[in-house]
Amino acid sequence: MSAMFEGNALSAMQTSHCHTSLNNYRMGLLSVVCVSLFFSSTFAVDRGNFKTCDQSAFCKRQRALKPGQSPYRALLETLELSDSRLTLQLINDNNKVHLLLELYRLQGNMTRVKINELKPLKPRFEVPDVLIAEPPTEPLSVLSKDDNGVVLSLGAENQRLIVSARPFRLDIMEGPEVLLSLNSRGLLAFEHLRLHKDTQAQADGAEVKESVDGDQQQDEGKKDEDGESEKEEDGLWEETFKSHTDTKPNGPTSISLDFSLPGVEHVYGIPEHADDLKLKTTDGGDPYRLYNLDVFQYELYNPMALYGSIPVMLAHNTQRTMGIFWLNAAETWVDISSNTAGKTVFGKMLDFVQGSSEKPQTDVRWISESGIIDVFIMLGPKPSKVFSQYASLTGTQSFPPLASLGYHQCRWNYNDQEDVKSVDQGFDQHDIPYDFIWLDIEHADGKRYFTWDPHKFPQPKEMLQGLMDKRRKMVSIVDPHIRVDSGYKIHNEITSKDFYVKNKDGKNYEGWCWPGNSGYPDFTKPEMRAWWASMFAYDQYEGSMENLFTWNDMNEPSVFNGPEVTMHKDALHGKWEHRDIHNIYGLYVQMATAEGQIQRSGGVERPFVLTRAFFAGSQRYGAVWTGDNAAEWDHLKISIPMCLSLGLVGVSFCGADVGGFFKNPSTELLVRWYQTGAYQPFFRAHAHLDTTRREPWLFGPENTALIREVIRQRYALLPYWYQLFYQAHKTGMPVMRPLWVDYPKDTATFTIDDEFLIGSDLLVHPVTEEGSRGVTAYLPGAEEVWYDVHTFQKHNGAQNLYIPVTLSSIPVFQRGGSIIPRKDRVRRSSTCMENDPYTLYVALSPKKFAEGELYIDDGHSFNYDTKKEFIHRSLTFANNALTSSNLCPDCNFLTSSWIEKVLILGASKPSKVLLKMDGKETPVDFEFDTSMSVLTLRKPGMNAGADWTLLLQ
Amino acid sequence: MTCLHLLLTLVFAVSLGTPVEIQRPRGVPLTKKQFYEESKPFTCLDGSRTIPFDRVNDDYCDCKDGSDEPGTAACPNGSFHCTNAGYRPMFIPSSRINDGICDCCDTTDEYNSGAKCENTCKELGRKEREVLQKMAEITKEGFLLKQQLIEEAKKGQQEKQSKVTDMQENKKQLDEKVEALRTVKETAEQPEKEAKERHLKAWEEQKAAIRLEKDKAKMAETFLELDDNEDGFVSVSELQSHAELDPDADGTLTEIEAQGLMGGAEQVDTSTFESVWPKIKDKYHSEVSREEADISLCLCVVQAQPTIKTPEKTHEDEEAMPPYDADTQALIDAAQKARDDFEEAEKALREMDDQIRNIEKELSFDFGPDAEFTYLYSQCYELTTSEYIYRLCPFNRVSQKPKYGGSETNLGTWGSWSGPENNKYLLMKYEQGTGCWQGPNRSTTVKLTCGKETVVTSTSEPSRCEYLMEFTTPAVCQEPANIDPSPHDHVEL
Repeated sequence: MSAMFEGNALSAMQTSHCHTSLNNYRMGLLSVVCVSLFFSSTFAVDRGNFKTCDQSAFCKRQRALKPGQSPYRALLETLELSDSRLTLQLINDNNKVHLLLELYRLQGNMTRVKINELKPLKPRFEVPDVLIAEPPTEPLSVLSKDDNGVVLSLGAENQRLIVSARPFRLDIMEGPEVLLSLNSRGLLAFEHLRLHKDTQAQADGAEVKESVDGDQQQDEGKKDEDGESEKEEDGLWEETFKSHTDTKPNGPTSISLDFSLPGVEHVYGIPEHADDLKLKTTDGGDPYRLYNLDVFQYELYNPMALYGSIPVMLAHNTQRTMGIFWLNAAETWVDISSNTAGKTVFGKMLDFVQGSSEKPQTDVRWISESGIIDVFIMLGPKPSKVFSQYASLTGTQSFPPLASLGYHQCRWNYNDQEDVKSVDQGFDQHDIPYDFIWLDIEHADGKRYFTWDPHKFPQPKEMLQGLMDKRRKMVSIVDPHIRVDSGYKIHNEITSKDFYVKNKDGKNYEGWCWPGNSGYPDFTKPEMRAWWASMFAYDQYEGSMENLFTWNDMNEPSVFNGPEVTMHKDALHGKWEHRDIHNIYGLYVQMATAEGQIQRSGGVERPFVLTRAFFAGSQRYGAVWTGDNAAEWDHLKISIPMCLSLGLVGVSFCGADVGGFFKNPSTELLVRWYQTGAYQPFFRAHAHLDTTRREPWLFGPENTALIREVIRQRYALLPYWYQLFYQAHKTGMPVMRPLWVDYPKDTATFTIDDEFLIGSDLLVHPVTEEGSRGVTAYLPGAEEVWYDVHTFQKHNGAQNLYIPVTLSSIPVFQRGGSIIPRKDRVRRSSTCMENDPYTLYVALSPKKFAEGELYIDDGHSFNYDTKKEFIHRSLTFANNALTSSNLCPDCNFLTSSWIEKVLILGASKPSKVLLKMDGKETPVDFEFDTSMSVLTLRKPGMNAGADWTLLLQ
Repeated sequence: MTCLHLLLTLVFAVSLGTPVEIQRPRGVPLTKKQFYEESKPFTCLDGSRTIPFDRVNDDYCDCKDGSDEPGTAACPNGSFHCTNAGYRPMFIPSSRINDGICDCCDTTDEYNSGAKCENTCKELGRKEREVLQKMAEITKEGFLLKQQLIEEAKKGQQEKQSKVTDMQENKKQLDEKVEALRTVKETAEQPEKEAKERHLKAWEEQKAAIRLEKDKAKMAETFLELDDNEDGFVSVSELQSHAELDPDADGTLTEIEAQGLMGGAEQVDTSTFESVWPKIKDKYHSEVSREEADISLCLCVVQAQPTIKTPEKTHEDEEAMPPYDADTQALIDAAQKARDDFEEAEKALREMDDQIRNIEKELSFDFGPDAEFTYLYSQCYELTTSEYIYRLCPFNRVSQKPKYGGSETNLGTWGSWSGPENNKYLLMKYEQGTGCWQGPNRSTTVKLTCGKETVVTSTSEPSRCEYLMEFTTPAVCQEPANIDPSPHDHVEL
């Protein structure tokens, strides 16, 4: 095959892209288009392919606005208040355009602010399908009103909303404190829909011409300064980037609003960016950009857009956590500035001592290209509350099949059935567990998804049955670009049903992707999604079986020859422009795919779908990975803040390609990456076509043993991971969390992103430095203790602990006060471990207390939901007694799993241990390790679903 | 949930249809039975601790080495022995006990998982015997073939060796012959050279005389031409009409200049013209052929300096050298023959050198301990897949060519044997093939297995640009042990 790769344009294109294709005879054509885009031989993103704010006309216009000159005024006389909805008109005094402000108090301590044109020329896009329901409201009441403004009661906790009239401004107060202000810097800007100059002459609406509405008042002065005649600003009605022209038939439509957060120095979220956990100020640089893009060989530590966008930001200080959810699917830029940025700790201390300090404050500004302003302000106050607030709006993490929390083996590409079989056997030969093996684009017949290459995969069912016999599973890739080929069923059906996205002229939009010329199904259409879902039926997707799951890649969507490697903004999805819906396209692809998997099982089985592009709400449909990273130490490091940021805004099921996608990892890097990945939610190794093979046993017996060990650690902890995902699914709590989520008052935790928590009870500090001899982990909690999970050594909280490391070390600590159930009998797949017994790891707090949970169900169906078939137990250790009690008395599920062992860390030696169950008391054998104070109860033997108490006497 | 009922079980082993009951804990191989005595406490096989015997196979791991749970999955590092009567006994990791997957053909690993396993040992045993038998046959025949190959190779090698020896002997003679002929040649060439030189010299002299004659004639002719008034004198003014004779090349031949040319005289007669002639003859243009001269002047200007003389030469040398006289010719012919003889001999020597070198190169290859791979030398073997034709030329190169047109790609040239230490002749490595774009140079590993035929059986590209080729040859067939085709009937009982 590689003979195809001679140094021609084709290869340039191939090697320079995530999924470079190799053997397509049409690629020659493709290369002509792509070579100019991708011909960058050094390893780094070609920044020139992607816009800066300055190159994005609306961003440039908006960013040119200066604060403090808001032309907007609230027309208080237009105020209308129904029970829970307040409306009020705003006027832009420069152009007299009226806006309509809607305010809602939402249940659960949230406020929704919507701003739209009062009478737009035509409707503006409002993002559907993100909110799980119309959010329930609570009554609002007017406390006082005068010419300057209105004071509204927000009900709970003495909260007030102050509407100031001139200039328009909103302040949310709690007691005397301002929690958050809107338009306090006067950067509200709403480009109203207008007629183009050509047509404007005929239209009688003699609108004042302006660029950004708020900017109007400056126009005169500016013109004089610039000495420019009045001429239409660039990019209002047409914009060209590189060779691509965006026709902008609707003209300027952007919107912007600023938020001030007094007392806040730390803001997080707005993924996806390859950047630190704590967001940086953007003064002097580009804003953080949210625009789903297929970025080839992305760079780290900058605000460039990546594959997914979740327009949610969290603000945190020791007193409160809040969130801002900006519901807009168009290209969005977020500016952050802070009055304390750049001050040293000493400087801040000096301010404090001298009492001269202004209160720290973070100012945020959101800019989107189209749509309306629709903001949800989540007022916390606790981190967990913000998570549940956001979950109440957009839903929680889907509850994944247990097996999908195991280890995934992926490569671009496993060449053929024989290859799959031998890799599968390799795992058994080396006694390494895995649950899923993956097939990338080469498995399909000419990149026609839903098909199999007849030479390489002639008997897919035979292959899948072989995996099923080993109780293992497979994922095949199904991308949303559809090969334009009249011999391809999927293409023909989409064409005949008229389901393709259209270009501006109303013809089917076509672009280049893996198969060559491709169409893009309009996933925004519910009928299209229903049809797509039906394609996953076993009789439609030939060769599929119930152990075959799906991977949606390239769903930004990636268009090799499109502007910024994506779809033209003037392409059409029904009546809406791609511009309006861009960031939600990927969500719809995953939504329809997940729905297809549910439907094929008659609604019984949980789906598993991995996506690269995502939006707010994507958490409901499956897993996300951080795209095409590289085999570099910095990429290993960045996997932590990238997944932490996603977890904060709802997406818990996150992982990075273990080993790094591009390039070949050193053995040390590969081992460290397995150690890190084993403690991240989505655990998949993946590799580029051009890399050498790197199955875990290819690096010598010592390294095989290291990798085996850490994968086994993962499998032993699957009960804990599963329970955390159940919790995430029920409550919205992130599975992998920054420390500050659980230690919100400990400022030392606020910027930590080289270690993290899994749930509340495991703290992981992966080794991410080459040649490391030790790491310094921060153990939080002044009153707490932490136990090294490998040695059971106890350490005090609130300290920086230096931990010497070797290549086998992965520093992990269990919080004193927690109980973690494990299955220490690791087998070749998670399904094989279904009925295995549990070992309880009881880590005592200094007060000799601990608690935890145990969740068990069938691991794969919706019966936990539809039939309450699960076991949910509370485990509590107090007063020298460990008790299991039922958290769901009306649930019914039988398990044959039992409790084989209990380890109590930090215990003292009892004289006797008794098991109390069914009214009987039986003695239990035990051992006590004095050096580490570990008490081991031997084979108490009770069923994992039973009520019982173990008494230490 | 306890598993007391599993503590001690009866294992039924079937040997040649006769059931024999062997009592021992589940998962224990017969060789270790003595360590598991029901009446005594059990000591972990690593000696780390002693436990009551009822804790053996009680589904709880007490021994660090896993030896107390040979029949359950309780220990992470345990192993389970299946007797697999009718087939071969084996150990599996204890994590595969009751995992729902049938690993032991006698089903003993899945005694409590609900997995529906069938005892397939007999069938497997039969198949294995068949396979073994077939393999044995192949090995046997292959080994016979190998013996032949070795014979042939040895013969061939000896032949080649003796050929080389012979050739080297011949070469010596040839060397001598060449030297002798060289002497003959050189001896013959000396008189030839002298005769030729003589001939040439004579001719040169003759040519000079002719040239002098010609010059004189031309001078006379020129004198007549210049002597416009035919008074028997060439005067200054007559000379002046030939501007091309202008010594300072300013375009005009002044009177003084003309006079200068004439050695200060006003006029010269034919005899004194002899002293003027050398000064003007190079520049002088005949009035008769002036037009022609203009053109040639033109050409001279245009043409580069070194070529200026060529026309003159051809003009003058048109007169060919006269043929050698008979004596000289005889000398020449003799020398030529000596030369031809010498060159022929030298060529023969070179060819022989090449042959020797080739054979020596071939002999220098590592064709295996018994030279059994010799027959592969200078052969090529092809395999056609759906897309490509792969070609293996052992000890030379591996290549790939698209089936439907396109150029050939080098997948590696012969590198070395690279099998495991105990038998490096199981793998061949071909390296430094065509470079991959932004990647390594292509390379191919050829895996050799015993077979009657010499065939490429498969190719694959497990990693990009790293090819794997499977190749059968009798040359790797091992001497069959005194084969009992059913070695597993006598299971350890």
